[in-house]
Parts: sequence; C-alpha cells; structure tokens
Amino acid sequence: MTDAPAAAPPRFAMRGIRKAFGATVALDGVDLSVNAGEICGLIGQNGAGKSTLMSILAGAQPPDAGEMFIDGTPFAPANPIDARRAGVAMIYQELSLAPHLSVMENIMMGAEPMRFGLVDWRRMRDMASRALAQLGHHDIPPDAPVGSLSVAAQQLVEIARAVALGSRVLVLDEPTSSLGRADVERLFALLRHLKAQGHAIVYISHFIEEVKEVADRFIVLRDGRNAGAGATNDATRDGIVALMVGRTVGDLFPRSPRHRGEAILDVSGLEPGSATFTLYRGEILGIAGVLGSGRTRLLRTIFGLQPVRAGQVRVGVYSGAADPHARWRQGLGMLSEDRKEEGLATALDVADNLTLTRLSPFGAAGLLSPGRQRAAAARWISELEIKCAGPDQKAGELSGGNQQKIAIARLLHHDVDVLILDEPTRGIDVGSKAQIYRLIDALVADTAGGRPRAVLMVSSYLPELLGLCDRIAVMKRGRLAEALPAETLTEHDLMMAATVGASGP
Amino acid sequence: MTTRSLLDRTGTLLGLILVAMVFGVLVGPHFFAPTNLELMARQTAIVSIAAVGMTIVIVAGGIDLSVGSMIALTTVVIAQLLRMDVSPPAAALGGIAAAALCGLINGVLITQLRVVPFIVTLGTMLIIRGAAKGFGEERRIEAPATWLNDLLRVTRGEMLLPSGIWAVIVLSLIVGGLLRYTRFGRHTFAIGSNERMARLCGVAITRTKVIIYTLSAALTGFAGLLMFSKLSVGDPTVAIGLELDVIAAVIIGGGSLLGGRGTVSGTLIGAAIMTVIQIGCSQKGLANWVQQIVTGGIIVAAVALDRVRSGRTAS
Repeated sequence: MTDAPAAAPPRFAMRGIRKAFGATVALDGVDLSVNAGEICGLIGQNGAGKSTLMSILAGAQPPDAGEMFIDGTPFAPANPIDARRAGVAMIYQELSLAPHLSVMENIMMGAEPMRFGLVDWRRMRDMASRALAQLGHHDIPPDAPVGSLSVAAQQLVEIARAVALGSRVLVLDEPTSSLGRADVERLFALLRHLKAQGHAIVYISHFIEEVKEVADRFIVLRDGRNAGAGATNDATRDGIVALMVGRTVGDLFPRSPRHRGEAILDVSGLEPGSATFTLYRGEILGIAGVLGSGRTRLLRTIFGLQPVRAGQVRVGVYSGAADPHARWRQGLGMLSEDRKEEGLATALDVADNLTLTRLSPFGAAGLLSPGRQRAAAARWISELEIKCAGPDQKAGELSGGNQQKIAIARLLHHDVDVLILDEPTRGIDVGSKAQIYRLIDALVADTAGGRPRAVLMVSSYLPELLGLCDRIAVMKRGRLAEALPAETLTEHDLMMAATVGASGP
Repeated sequence: MTTRSLLDRTGTLLGLILVAMVFGVLVGPHFFAPTNLELMARQTAIVSIAAVGMTIVIVAGGIDLSVGSMIALTTVVIAQLLRMDVSPPAAALGGIAAAALCGLINGVLITQLRVVPFIVTLGTMLIIRGAAKGFGEERRIEAPATWLNDLLRVTRGEMLLPSGIWAVIVLSLIVGGLLRYTRFGRHTFAIGSNERMARLCGVAITRTKVIIYTLSAALTGFAGLLMFSKLSVGDPTVAIGLELDVIAAVIIGGGSLLGGRGTVSGTLIGAAIMTVIQIGCSQKGLANWVQQIVTGGIIVAAVALDRVRSGRTAS
C-alpha cells in the first residue's frame, strides 16, 4: 500500500465495497474503517445497505468489488468461519445461542478445550469464567443453562464468546431492541470497557441518541452509498436525520381524487401500542416506525394472527376478536411482510396462491374446477401485468416483484374492503414498486360507480408513506402516536419521531 | 397438465417400467403373464390403499406411523365382530370405523397438543398395537368363514380382477379427485406447502388436519379389511413395520416429507415398484436380504433423483 499512513493502520477497513443482487445495487462503493479502541455507529434507514455491508464483513457473502483489510493485511473471508478466525464477531438481534447448553459450553462452542480427545471441562469452565470476568460479569454462573438467563444476560454470553475467541472486531446489530433501560446502561458500560481493551466496535442502531451516547464516530449509509460521517460530539440529531433522509423521490406516487367515506375499521386501546384509530373508506392510513417498534405485531393482532391482549377491534358491524378465517369473511385481507415464509407457498402454482382464500366461485359444494380457477388467475395475471409462464407456474420461480403482485392479487381476488399491507414493496424492483403504488392508489380512488376500499399500511420506506397515505401515525417502542395528515408531515419529522426520544420502554 | 408435471409423473412410471423390464429379463417372459400380474396386483393392494391415505397426510406435511398398528386392530375388530354373529358388511364397516377413530384421535392430539405428528403417531403406534393385542386377547382370532375372505381371491370370468382390487382402484380415483378437484384438496396442499400462509389465508387448519388424519385412517382401515381377507383371521401382531412400506411408496411416488407434494397416481406406481421388486426377487429365487437391499436402494435413488430434478428447476 502506497498510501499507508505512518500511524498504525485501522483495525479494519472496507474500501469501495460494491454488491448487486440482480438489477438491484445494494452497495455502491462503500467505505468504512474503524480503529482499535473505537466505537463507530453505523446508521441508515432500512434497506440502506447496513446489513449487506456487515454480512460481507462477516464472510456470509463476498463483495462484487472492493477490498477489506484487518490490521493492514488484506482480508477476504470465504465463509463466516474464516471471518471468525480472523477475529470478526457478529452479535445479531436474534441471538445465536443453544438454549439447552450451559453458559460455558455456549461461550466455548467450536473452540472447546480438549484433552486426550475428550472435552476438558475444568479448563472450559476456567476459560469461560475468565471471559465473563473480562466483561466484569462474575455474576453469570458458567454452569447455568443459557435458556434460564434473561435476554440481557444471554447477550452478555454471546459477547463473552466473542471475547473468549479473541475477536478483534465486534459488530452489534440493534443490540438494545429487546433490553430495558437499565440493561442498556450496563451494555453501554461494557462496550466502553471493551473499547478501552482495544476492540474495534461497530454499533448498528436505528436510535440516533443511542449512537450519540455510546459511539465516538458515526457513518451514515443511504441507498447503498456513504451519505456522511463525523464525530458524534459535533453532530446534531437533526443533522444526522438529514443525512439519513436525503433527497426526495419524484412523482412516483400518483394521487387520484379521494373521498373519505364511512368508518370501516375501528381500533381502540389495542395492544401493542395502545393503538387507537379509525380507518375510513377511501383513505390510506400509514404506520411509520423502525423495525421492532411493534408495527407488525399491531397489524397481526388486528387480523387475528395474534391474540388480542387488551383493547378492541371493530370491523364494520362485527366487533370483538376473530381469527384470520373470520377476518377474510368480514372483508379484511392482509399482506404479510414475510413473502417467503408467510406470504406465499413457493412450491405451489400461481393459481393456487392467488385464489386460495376464495375458491367458492370455482364450483359448488366444495368441488373445484381447476379450469375455472386457472381462468380467474389468468385474468389477474394480465390485469396486474404479472410476468410468469402462466397460472401453472410455481410461485417460487418468479421474481420478488411478481411474487408480491400475486400476494396482493389475492386480496383483490377476494375483493376485500380493507387491505392491511405490511411492507408492500419490500425487496422488489423499482418498476414493480411503481405499479403497486398505482394499484394501491386506484383502490381508494373516488371513481364514479366504484366502491373505494380502505388501506392500512406499514412501511419502513418513508417516501412511500408520505407519497401514498392520507394520514400517518408513528409507532415507537411499542406506542402508536396519533395519526396526522400526511401533507403536514415531512420525512424529517417522521424520522425524528421514530428514532429520537427517550430509549427504553 | 404442464410438461413438467407430466415429466414428474412419467419419471416414476419410467422407474416402474425399468424395474419391471429388469425382472422380466431375469425371471423370463412368464413374469408378465396375466396370472403373475394379478398376483402382483393382489400383493400390492394392501400397501397401495394405505399409501393412498398416507399421500393425503404427507401432502399436508404430516406423517402417520400408526398405520401398521391400525391394520392389525382392524383385522382383530372384524374377527371379533364376526364371532359375535355380526353380518359381514357390518363387521367390515366396524373394523374401518375403528381405524378411522384412531385417525381422529391422532388428528385431535396433533392439533390440540401441538406436538409434531411424528411423535404423536409414534406414541399411538404403540397404543393402538397394544389395544389390538388386548382386544384380541394376545392371540389370533379365528373367525367364521364369510365372503369377506374372498375379497382378494380370483373369481374367474366375472370381474377380471378380485373385487378388493376394484375397490382399491375406485377409492384411489376418488382420493385423487378429492386432492385435485375440491377445496379440501387445495387446502391440504396449502397447509403442507406453507402452514403459516394457510393460516394467513384463513384456512381452517385444525379442522382440515383432523379430517385428513381421519380420512387417511379410514383408508388404512380398508387396507386392514383386505389384510383380514388375506389372513382370514384377526391377528394383532400382523403388519408390524408396514408403515415404512406405506411411507416408502409415497416417497418413491414423488411425495415430499416436507409437505406440499405428492400424487395418488405416483403413490400407486411407487407401491407397484416395491411389489415388482419383492415378487421379482422371490421368483428369481433371490434371498429376502437382496430384496431389502434393492428396495432400500430404490427409495434412496428416488429421493436423490427428485432432489436433482427440483434443484435444477429452482436455479
């Protein structure tokens, strides 16, 4: 390296990292470096590229272009084990622990001390205790099964594992999402302690105040590029939010004339979020909020996929709780945020996926004519311009955008009055997005003779909410605020409301 | 039918033709003589009809290990009823109802306890076997001779095939139609392919599953009736391990233990492949252990082939 600085090289550096998935560019020349004894906050909206960047560092996937260094030597992990050996440890939101095994087994997993080919239990206990002591947590018993510990303690076990295996780079992805305030304080103290010991730490969070509190520096990603960076002491929350939000999207969002009709969905005091709102025919109500804020749980509770713990849901004349079967009959339909695991049956064909909720038009008394089922599916395929070989093609063989159109077409086929859409455009190409926006707008449009529907949608993509919705409510840490008219709001307002303020429930 | 599903089906059929040709060459042309084909049809009938029931369960992503025990219980119930001077049709229905009741219990336990079907039916496999032994007083139950004993017997001239085999054919057609041409069938595929999606889409999962296990068990009960016909006694120790043959037939026929895939026609061909191997081996004078190794090899090869095929289409 000709431009190597005279001082020690950074603990790790990523330069010009590029990664594309098909036509979608996830990362476009991203730089990130962190020094030993430094905590760097990594900030960005959902889909900005944080997770992809960290998965490349962790060896889960190779970059298309760009280089990485650890302590100045080139680093190109072929797989996650390679990266772990090189000292890169990832602590994900979803902890990767074996709950039935003891604390010490979890800490030493994959590096169990051996003696004559057998596990050396005494040395294992010593090494695990030392790792816990290094974190200043003698209080966690090495013999306890991990499943019996609190979430905060489990997280410590995972960090202890990283320390015991001699990690040099520690990446924490949204580590506070399931912690109370006191545990957050203890975690921050631990991170400062590890920083003093010379670890390089990447701290990923949606919560700007947390980053300001614990990190020395921050880097903002936006649309797969570096959007800005700086020292946390010099930055204002407003400044950071402005970097996250960036430019506005043009006229991707059509807006037909809308007319608010009768109330069709009434939610009061519903947990999570103590959610109270009314949805009217002919309007789109949006819910903003970061991942883990409870948005998805709220939608699932309304649709009967999760039990109602407190509060009430009323759909038209029907009140009280109901299962999804009843909700469909009441004229509600839901689009899942998880297309692969819940939205579609990828092994079944397009026609089955599209028509499953309402097979009754295809034959009386439980019988079903595959020909008529296929004809109905073919109509939706042409109407929504779904690119597929035909109603018989397996849904899993289509692109993400076309899969999503099938999932939405299911609601149209059922002819529901209320569409509950959870992340309707997640992970799909821009062309399909634009089509889905037009479709959603047309559903609530006030057209002569038409029957406008009502849409309740959750999205992490703020321009989408602002472009489509009539009213938007922000959910933060399990509380839903009052819905405000979309035209009075800006991306900046929503981002502030969703990410700034007291952390901890 | 798309070209691929045609290929999927003919794939298993090609396997059957290949296996049959190999034994045709080994054993000689009389391997394909009508009497020999009929022998094979009779031999395969019991596994076939139980496997047709198992196809529904496996398509729904489940499994039923208790079918062997259900068959034994059915033979015992029929024999006991006949001894009590119950009329033959009522005794047959009683045996089938006993099996259906076992299936109902399986379905209720699986959906209410939320325990995986493998474990629940592993338990009921023992429970039902025990019940069969208790009900049969731990011995073979001799029953008065009735026409039930002739279901698999050749009746020259009249019907071409024994009546029991005609019944298997008709029931298979009905179940094939049920899976393809009814809402219940599409719901079964939806549950097996992605249960979370089925729930989101308002499929009544509990009810559908209970029906699936009950229906499958009723078909197993019919297999038990054929078994009684073959044995002409009630035998609480019969059909031990038969569930594995039944499951193997479904898997060879293109069913997936992960659910969402399987056809009745494929299952019947799968059962036929196993019968051809068994009869071919014994007529060639090959020892039982050779049969077992060949059958085992076919199961592994069928699944491996399927992997290769689906791997190719996915990429």
